[in-house]
Amino acid sequence: MLKKMNIVDHVLVPKHEVLSPGEAAKILKELGIKPHQLPWIKASDPVIVAINAKPGDIVRIIRKSPTAGKTIVYRYVVPG
Amino acid sequence: MPKYLSLEEKSAIIEKYANILPLSIIEELKEKISKIEITMEDLERILQEVIREYWSSLVEPGEPVGTVAAQSIGEPSTQMTLRTFHYAGVREFNVTLGLPRLIEIVDARRTPSTPMMTVYLDEEHRHDKDKAISIARKIEMTTIENVTKSVDVDLFTSSIIIELDSEMLEDKGIEVDKILRNILKMKRVKNAKIDEDSPYIIRVEFEEDVELGELQRLRDKILASKIKGIKGVRRVIVQKRRDEYVLVTDGSNLAAVMKIKGVDYTRTVSNNIHEIEEVLGIEAARMAIINEIQQVLEDQGLDVDIRHVMLVADIMTRTGSIKQIGRHGVSGEKESVLARAAFEVTIRHLLEAAAKGEIDYLRGITENVIVGQVIPLGTGMVDLYMRIGRRGEK
Repeated sequence: MLKKMNIVDHVLVPKHEVLSPGEAAKILKELGIKPHQLPWIKASDPVIVAINAKPGDIVRIIRKSPTAGKTIVYRYVVPG
Repeated sequence: MPKYLSLEEKSAIIEKYANILPLSIIEELKEKISKIEITMEDLERILQEVIREYWSSLVEPGEPVGTVAAQSIGEPSTQMTLRTFHYAGVREFNVTLGLPRLIEIVDARRTPSTPMMTVYLDEEHRHDKDKAISIARKIEMTTIENVTKSVDVDLFTSSIIIELDSEMLEDKGIEVDKILRNILKMKRVKNAKIDEDSPYIIRVEFEEDVELGELQRLRDKILASKIKGIKGVRRVIVQKRRDEYVLVTDGSNLAAVMKIKGVDYTRTVSNNIHEIEEVLGIEAARMAIINEIQQVLEDQGLDVDIRHVMLVADIMTRTGSIKQIGRHGVSGEKESVLARAAFEVTIRHLLEAAAKGEIDYLRGITENVIVGQVIPLGTGMVDLYMRIGRRGEK
């Protein structure tokens, strides 16, 4: 009866998406930083496992923000 | 006759600035502008003014946002009640609130002193009280002790006699057979049977070589064994919130509750932030930290801008796992020896730094205050670089 539980649907979990290498390079250039200077997210994070991202990837997180309405942040997937 | 814009035209013009202004401002503009008659030129002028205002409200480079956040949360906190327990809507159990709870959150304790969950139910169960209670029964942990009236130890035959409480059994919806089966599955138990005299008395026999001390231990183990429910959920209370029934639990086990049929797992939350991190990931934990801190401040009637709280949550979750604000977390990981030593356990930091031969590059605030230099904040952050060459050289 129930469809399979997917934590991505939870109200506390914002949308995560993996960036293609091209996009990632563009974003890093725009921000003028190295990947490790972004906030990190562990490869073992349940959401990272769910969207199948690998260490070294950069994920775009689209948060709902009470101040800005919507904010986009990036996290660097680190082993762990 | 001036030419007024239609609703679609207005939206289209405002929408053009979606990549400059945040979504909330765009929405607000649309809503306000839709109510007035306006020409294209006027609208453009308003938008330019809004953008100018927006830019001037942004945080400037070099602004000490961390210090401002600390002060903005710290000052109102001094006015919080120091009372630990209070009841938040649920009179049946105590909940840690106020300053102790705030400290608990920023210290990132493994388990909160009063773990709680708010369990939402799916469409089928949320409108009916009886259905909500049936789910509550399913998740409330019941041990044999909970349905026992009395326990006797028969030393002569080295067995124990458990007298069950028939009312409790009915209330929790448990059959004697189920308890019997559970006991039989336990270690060292040779036989368990229902007494001839009463259907609510269970006689448990053990293997011959069980000694007195072990008998006591086995008795405790049997009493503490779970018959049904979810481990860690001590009590469940059914509450009506607006037009639906929700379950509030004493004790938390998010992963297990989310799997229960009838539970709306997409809205169910715990107040245990580490548990949220484990089950839902670091971004959910960040949200949980913000929500919990806001909740504490709101309960106390304090008005702290959410941006400060968001900054705290961002810093705590930066490395992908939850770090406390303190010597074992954020402060303890500072690059500078002097900054760490200035915070807590001074001597140990200095000693360790000396032993390891650490270098302080004097890049932070604290260490520059200590050595008496201009701190890298605000205008002090700016460095002047100059290329020295001969005149006329490019």
